[in-house]
Amino acid sequence: MRPEVFKMIDRVVAIDPSLQKIHCQGMVPEESSIFEGHFPGYPIMPGVLLIEAMAQTTGWLVLARNRFEKMPFLATVKEAKLRTFVLPGQNLDLYSEILHEGSGFVVAKTNATLEGKPICSAELTFRVLPWPEGKMKPVVMKVAEYVSFPLADFADA
Amino acid sequence: MSSTFDTVANIIAETCDIPRDTITPDSHAIDDLGIDSLDFLDIAFAIDKAFGIKLPLEQWTQEVNDGKATTEQYFVLKNLCARIDELVAAKAA
Repeated sequence: MRPEVFKMIDRVVAIDPSLQKIHCQGMVPEESSIFEGHFPGYPIMPGVLLIEAMAQTTGWLVLARNRFEKMPFLATVKEAKLRTFVLPGQNLDLYSEILHEGSGFVVAKTNATLEGKPICSAELTFRVLPWPEGKMKPVVMKVAEYVSFPLADFADA
Repeated sequence: MSSTFDTVANIIAETCDIPRDTITPDSHAIDDLGIDSLDFLDIAFAIDKAFGIKLPLEQWTQEVNDGKATTEQYFVLKNLCARIDELVAAKAA
């Protein structure tokens, strides 16, 4: 995980064959510039970045479902719960499950655990839009390789 | 249609915190009720769930953007409810 550049996922562990669920992992680094401010002398993972990690987990699942034809953009965060502090060096298991896929949007429930104990959870809604012109899609594909996303199974492009 | 309208109006009232008695079949979701696109995602989610359908929002948006349809055709509530009834009937057929 490199939270200072929003790389919140280290590895896609598994995608359910029905494309309803995903499991990812992310190790909070021992050192990161985000801890300079959050907090000086007491480094803990910012809650907004835990939500971002859950959003990225869901994002990989949405990309698998649409075979990288469109990009999910986070639109709504509901029922977000941040249950306990997450410290440098801790390894998060991140899960997401699709609640509903509508026309141009996806709703998912997502959560993270630490050694099996619940850390945070939320219900997230994404707009699913055509890729913006420019470099975004190739960059996301590159990140997919970095997180061991099974591109051969899910990407046509 | 009336039962469809009641369900949709209740969803809108609850989702957007709009007084139920201000929502009528002639209300335009955007122009009269002030529902924005983000709130409409929540409404679409609730409608999809309530009726077991998938509102074709992308298609409707495209048609409006292309000038092939007006927002009134899809977002005046009596018209929206008629579309929902059509989708439910098509699913049952």
